[in-house]
Amino acid sequence: MSPGTLAVKVRGLSKLFGDFTAVDAIDLSIKKGEIFGFLGPNGAGKSTTIKMLCGLLLPTSGNGTVNGLDIMKESEEIKKKIGYMSQKFSLYDDLSVEQNIDFFSGIYGVSQTKKIERKEWALDMAGLLDRRKTVTRDLPGGFKQRLALGCAILHAPPLVFLDEPTSGVDPISRRNFWNLINEMSKAGTTVFVTTHYMDEADYCNRLALIYRGRVIAEGTPNDLKQKYMTSYVLEIETDRVVEAMETLNRSGIETAIFGSLLHATVDNMEKAMPRIREVLGEAGIRTERVERIVPSLEDVFVSLIEAA
Amino acid sequence: MSRYISNNIIPAIKTSGLTKTFGDTIAVDGLNLEIRKGELFGLVGPDGAGKTTAIRMLSAIMEPTKGEAWVAGHSVISEGETVKEKIGYMSQRFGLYEDLTVIENILFYADLYDVPKKERPLRIESLLGFSNLTPFQDRLAGRLSGGMKQKLGLACTLIHTPEVLFLDEPTNGVDPVSRRDFWKILYDLLKEGVTIFASTSYLDEAERCTRVCLMNKGSILMDDNPAAIKRSLGLPMFEMWSDEARKAAEIIKTVKGVHSASLYGNKLHVAVNSRELMDDIIIELGRSGITIRGHREILPSIEDIFISRVERQ
Repeated sequence: MSPGTLAVKVRGLSKLFGDFTAVDAIDLSIKKGEIFGFLGPNGAGKSTTIKMLCGLLLPTSGNGTVNGLDIMKESEEIKKKIGYMSQKFSLYDDLSVEQNIDFFSGIYGVSQTKKIERKEWALDMAGLLDRRKTVTRDLPGGFKQRLALGCAILHAPPLVFLDEPTSGVDPISRRNFWNLINEMSKAGTTVFVTTHYMDEADYCNRLALIYRGRVIAEGTPNDLKQKYMTSYVLEIETDRVVEAMETLNRSGIETAIFGSLLHATVDNMEKAMPRIREVLGEAGIRTERVERIVPSLEDVFVSLIEAA
Repeated sequence: MSRYISNNIIPAIKTSGLTKTFGDTIAVDGLNLEIRKGELFGLVGPDGAGKTTAIRMLSAIMEPTKGEAWVAGHSVISEGETVKEKIGYMSQRFGLYEDLTVIENILFYADLYDVPKKERPLRIESLLGFSNLTPFQDRLAGRLSGGMKQKLGLACTLIHTPEVLFLDEPTNGVDPVSRRDFWKILYDLLKEGVTIFASTSYLDEAERCTRVCLMNKGSILMDDNPAAIKRSLGLPMFEMWSDEARKAAEIIKTVKGVHSASLYGNKLHVAVNSRELMDDIIIELGRSGITIRGHREILPSIEDIFISRVERQ
């Protein structure tokens, strides 16, 4: 792959804080226009990596480019060419929608000629054309989130980093937000996003899973479900889900609750299926159904983390 | 004395026309609820539905504008201090002292709640044990991961053995592995007889509650057990999976007789007027060159019901 087609290309990227290795020699290649999902447990090194790629934190070692610019030497240039939105993205609560946009336009150095056009674009994108004078504090969370995204990309950066952009946002707003991400990607913007919602991870073109500072799995959502899952996932439907989980876990069959169903990750399907019915039957729990399913990304995530 | 004590059956939580207004905005609009002891009550709703305001009034942190509420048999208005002693409340940003260690944080809350000195060692040992924080008791709270901070917040909330536990979106920003651990702790508490009232934006979590209440614009849209809520859609629902799920959703929405099509990762949940429609849908997708890897009829998820009810409003 020629560097010209890559928005991010880094090798051996590391960050040490004292004797603590937050990020441990990771390699990343992200294609232009791609939606790249960066997953991992809390404290795995996700935010530290993002800060290094944004030019906010100097790596301890490693090399590479972001938008073709050297991460070790051109961090100031990188900052101008990216958008960054964090979960704690601070819009000014006591400013109006429009004042927030004007403020960020100034910060990002949007030219006078473009300013009005970009403002209308951001208002339209956030669905706030008729609420431009509203004080930001009074906006529902989903609108705030979209306004924050709009503000982060006023300067039309080719690459945008979204750090848990949908944390604590309701399902309808989350879907709307992902429609926006998809449109940005279609228009050629590269999107680097972190999330703890595993259904959202499925909307990414490619994923990397980071744990204790290292990338432990990488690929398309399908790659992760097929290549990295050597065991089988069984879906179990019963009349009492919590009791069923506890009963099975006591018998050494590890299960987890998915909504009102249980998922069990097993190595030997032929043995496990009748055994599950037997264990539940002995406990007086009715089994409606046990069947093999394609693992969800949550199954993959949990199984990879627990094996690591 | 509240009138519910004389009733002999004291609900863990009871509200009557509970209302809160901020200026012209009605945040919570005449809430009527009765929650039994030992229930795991899940409150869901879009941002700005009034969930946090409701929890704050029930925790006797915020005065209602109108109406009344009783928690553990005590009025949140006239017996607010008693209510506070009987409950645990964990807000979205629980106040942990980042420069204190895990154990120091717990001790701080033990002081705050006047937990008798001789009860402390056993209580703390048990809280550390079930939150899996025993190996980390001397670590600074500021150096814990997000999931561990949540567990420590919960341990602090439970130091005085509350009867009712209020959790306001406790798992926001918490990874899937830690979310599972957190819910296991809640099940243990439930077995001890604690009543749990939790709001969440993860609707798979709502499915695990004994009762789910869907709130929108300050009012209750639905309040029932998860199974009854799922049956309320009244339409057959199918799960389909495709590598081009997003494109497929757009096409399916244009087929006549399709009630809704929502994306769940690479899966779609499609509600249809009749089961026969599935053939039409698959043919229509085929015309656009989209292959379906499989489909099956399912019970709607709580998230399906949520979307359908909130969008209808």
